[in-house]
Amino acid sequence: MMLIPCPFCGNRSESEFAYGGPVKPDRPDSHVTDDEGWVAFLTTVPNPVGPVHEHWWHVKGCGAWLTIWRDTRTHDIVEGPPDAG
Amino acid sequence: MQNYSIFALVRHALNGHTTWAPAWRSPPLKESYDVVVIGAGGHGLATAYYLVKEFGVANVAVLERGWLGGGNVARNTVTVRSNYMRDASIPFYVKSVALYEGLADELNFNMMHSKRTMIDVVQTFPKMRELRRRQLTMDIYGSTYVQISTEEVRRRIPALTGGGPDARLPVIGGMVHTDAGVNRHDAVAWGYARGADARGVELHQQMPVINLLRGSDGAIKGVETPRGVVRAPKVAVAVSGHTTTLTETVGLRLPLRTMNLTAFVSEPVKPLVDVVVNCPDSGFYFSQSDKGEMVIGGAPDMGQSFRRDIKQHVFEDTVTAMLSLFPSFRKLKLLRQWGGHLDIAPDASPIMDETDVPGLFVTAGWWGGYKAIPAGGLTFAHLIAKGALHPLMEPFSLKRFKHLDYVMESGTTTAR
Repeated sequence: MMLIPCPFCGNRSESEFAYGGPVKPDRPDSHVTDDEGWVAFLTTVPNPVGPVHEHWWHVKGCGAWLTIWRDTRTHDIVEGPPDAG
Repeated sequence: MQNYSIFALVRHALNGHTTWAPAWRSPPLKESYDVVVIGAGGHGLATAYYLVKEFGVANVAVLERGWLGGGNVARNTVTVRSNYMRDASIPFYVKSVALYEGLADELNFNMMHSKRTMIDVVQTFPKMRELRRRQLTMDIYGSTYVQISTEEVRRRIPALTGGGPDARLPVIGGMVHTDAGVNRHDAVAWGYARGADARGVELHQQMPVINLLRGSDGAIKGVETPRGVVRAPKVAVAVSGHTTTLTETVGLRLPLRTMNLTAFVSEPVKPLVDVVVNCPDSGFYFSQSDKGEMVIGGAPDMGQSFRRDIKQHVFEDTVTAMLSLFPSFRKLKLLRQWGGHLDIAPDASPIMDETDVPGLFVTAGWWGGYKAIPAGGLTFAHLIAKGALHPLMEPFSLKRFKHLDYVMESGTTTAR
């Protein structure tokens, strides 16, 4: 069971979360970027054997969106979101 | 190649089974080949086999990091079917199912192919509409899908006692796909390996590829292994989840994400279910093996993963969903669980092409690639030998992304 650190609720079970996909670069301006950059933005995300940066949604908890760095080999969360303070 | 038959069995039995020859050789690694196939899984072995048999390419080597047939071809749930959504996909899978049905004869290896029909147990109207839409397209290409009533679903799957009118998701009907079946995954890997070996293909196990190597002209020139450089003008990558890991060694990014898909198997019980049961609304599917075990597949883990094992909460979710429809399975002991990592493209369709690195070919994104092994191997061999995509695979090139010409199959696989 993966425990995901929510900045508001602390470590909570993964089953309370919905996966929000990998963190992508900002959407490029389609009038400025070239075709290659546009297609890369739409289709290609990093696929590392190691830490990946991704969004999660605490949908069955407080409803916060957060980002974590998770190791794809171990599911260890190598870097959690900053505390909400 | 020694022939396998009842007579061979009797002859070798009289010799105390001491006279069987190994099914394939273990030759020393050479410095160069015409084609190096990376990955001795279903797709890699089938590709090597058809390269020689159909296209006469000699001097082929298959390099395998672990042991032959030990990757995803050993980790899948052996379901062979062709119920896809798109005009591009269905003919390919129809071809693959047809090749599977002749494979035992072709390879002289018992595939234990059991064309036993798949029944989709439908619990929501949106899913029923989606499957009826698929039925229309499948009809065009000679694949079969027929809608049946809830009563007929229960008659054909007596163990399905849950999902009644008071359930949160009552069963509202089903779809029957008579082309579907199951077979024996080890036999597929070993049969292709033996057939390829007999035609001169070299199989090298325990031979990981560390890096792909490019020449000064930018084209592929070989691969680096712990036992030195192996040169080849054509390198074919058939490694499932680790495709991007390898292609990134020559700076090539591909639109693939790697995910972990889980399966588990119960203790053997008496014959109970004689079809492949798929419950898309609940998120699991299973079939009963010849030994009597329930072979159960669930949903993928959320997020990318190279972990190749099963997550407790995915396992619990899958079991909970299964027990809601098959409450008698509560008594089953589950014997083994495992995962496999697969890569998936944004449109959930496979990618087969020569890449921007000349001489470097990839076959990837096979989400549920077991059913695609024969046709995937045949068409990949066609591409490698002729330098042009097989007509069945033209829609699945890398160029489709340049034009954003997706073959959208998201939702027709177990991917979510």
